[in-house]
Amino acid sequence: MIVDYLVAPFVEFEFMRRALVGVLALVVAGAPIGVFLMLRRMSLMGDAMAHAILPGAAVGFLVAGLNLFAMTAGGLIAGLVVALLAGLVARTTGLKEDASLAAFFLISLALGVTIVSIRGTNIDLLHFLFGNVLGLDDPTLMLAAAIATISLVALALIWRPLVLECVDPGFLRSVSRAGAPVHIAFLALVVLNLVGGFHALGTLLAVGVMMVPAVVARFWARDLTSMILTAIAAGFVAGYCGLLLSFYFGTPAGPAIILVAGVLYFGSIIFGRVGGLARNVFSRRHLEA
Amino acid sequence: MTAQVKFRDLTLGYDRHPAVHHLDGTIMRGALVAVVGPNGAGKSTLFKGIVGVLTPFSGKIDLCGLRTRDIAYLPQQADMDRSFPISVYDMVAMGLWRQAGMFAGIGRKERARIETAIAAVGLTGFEQRPIGTLSGGQMQRALFARLLLQDARLIVLDEPFNAIDAKTAADLVDLVGRWHAEQRTVLAALHDFDVVRANFPEALLLAREPVAWGAAADVLTPENLLRARRMCEAFDEEAGECRVDAA
Repeated sequence: MIVDYLVAPFVEFEFMRRALVGVLALVVAGAPIGVFLMLRRMSLMGDAMAHAILPGAAVGFLVAGLNLFAMTAGGLIAGLVVALLAGLVARTTGLKEDASLAAFFLISLALGVTIVSIRGTNIDLLHFLFGNVLGLDDPTLMLAAAIATISLVALALIWRPLVLECVDPGFLRSVSRAGAPVHIAFLALVVLNLVGGFHALGTLLAVGVMMVPAVVARFWARDLTSMILTAIAAGFVAGYCGLLLSFYFGTPAGPAIILVAGVLYFGSIIFGRVGGLARNVFSRRHLEA
Repeated sequence: MTAQVKFRDLTLGYDRHPAVHHLDGTIMRGALVAVVGPNGAGKSTLFKGIVGVLTPFSGKIDLCGLRTRDIAYLPQQADMDRSFPISVYDMVAMGLWRQAGMFAGIGRKERARIETAIAAVGLTGFEQRPIGTLSGGQMQRALFARLLLQDARLIVLDEPFNAIDAKTAADLVDLVGRWHAEQRTVLAALHDFDVVRANFPEALLLAREPVAWGAAADVLTPENLLRARRMCEAFDEEAGECRVDAA
């Protein structure tokens, strides 16, 4: 039975169940954040931030070894410091925020790799960069669940000013002082989710479950709510199918998840309802009104 | 008549270069003032000063008790992300921020107000359209609907009728007239002198320094306009320090 193939790995193996729960937790909070990043034209910012958390996590690693708490705290601090410094430099000098962030995250990445290699081995470095979704223990799962919960509640709280900040920041400034705190809270959520994703998928792929589902959703939804729901659904599909593929073909799970999301992305480019190629390029006849 | 905005020896600008230079004067409550002058005259700069986006180099803007949230400001180029997936209805509804803030719900009464505002600018039927599909004129109408909901005592419009067709401009000028009738104070930067003469009782002609201020017909004379143009072309990268304060 084909259903057996789809369900059996999760029924039989605990590590598969853990991986699935972990990925779903990451997606449920990461995808909405990815949608906001994409809409604010900060799609690449997530990638930059993922590198920026590295030295912090590495310092945690240096002090306490592969200790969940130390690495999480270090990553959070490093990510926030880089985000705030980049923003500060952009606001006080003539440099644009993306250029400023580029400089900071590259320095941060170099620092991180240096610190890891002082004490660690290449395996440690691989764990940092690509994670280990099939080896999630209880504390890591709890952390992912806690981060998902915090993120969703926080997003609900800052929803209105966040949307306003995206659509018309000038208007928000004119009616409220919430703009700057909301922006910082949002950056904090980005960092928090990257740190959460980093234990499971590593710094490089944590951004993947955040951004690729969001980009997929752009091709299917016209309003914000359905875009976010689509992104979460796409993330779920990628997580589930990716784990299955990795189980049957013996490939690493993290990349498999992102590759499935990539397949969804290519499919959306062609068949997407909103701005997909098939609708715009291949149907030659224009509409009546 | 009470004052609404007082400028006292106000100097505003960028990088130490003044864009509004030693402006003195008073705008009365309920006044409808057109601010005119060539490009670079300091109109937008003055408005940014009033709404608090720009801090004066020297001098003072006294808003006579108005808080920032009592002011509605329509910038010249709204730094709006028009590709954001949000409907016209939700965009207009932002005008209720002062009542609703971050958390308060939008009830039946508020929904009725939003619909009335959308109807007042002639956008009924466009409520669920994404803002990205609006034309320039329709977008300006939607922004005016948002201004209507803001219910502000002081309304500052920076070149609100640029690049929109005559019909739309006429409709929006009517709304400005309505605000005037409701005793709100309205400042608008404009380039179309016919519109100013026909609709604005008062005008301020600016060329970094005030050239003329008073009844629109007295301000918009050819001599004044020529003088304004000459004064505006005097930006000097190597300008020395202004000595007015020291004197």
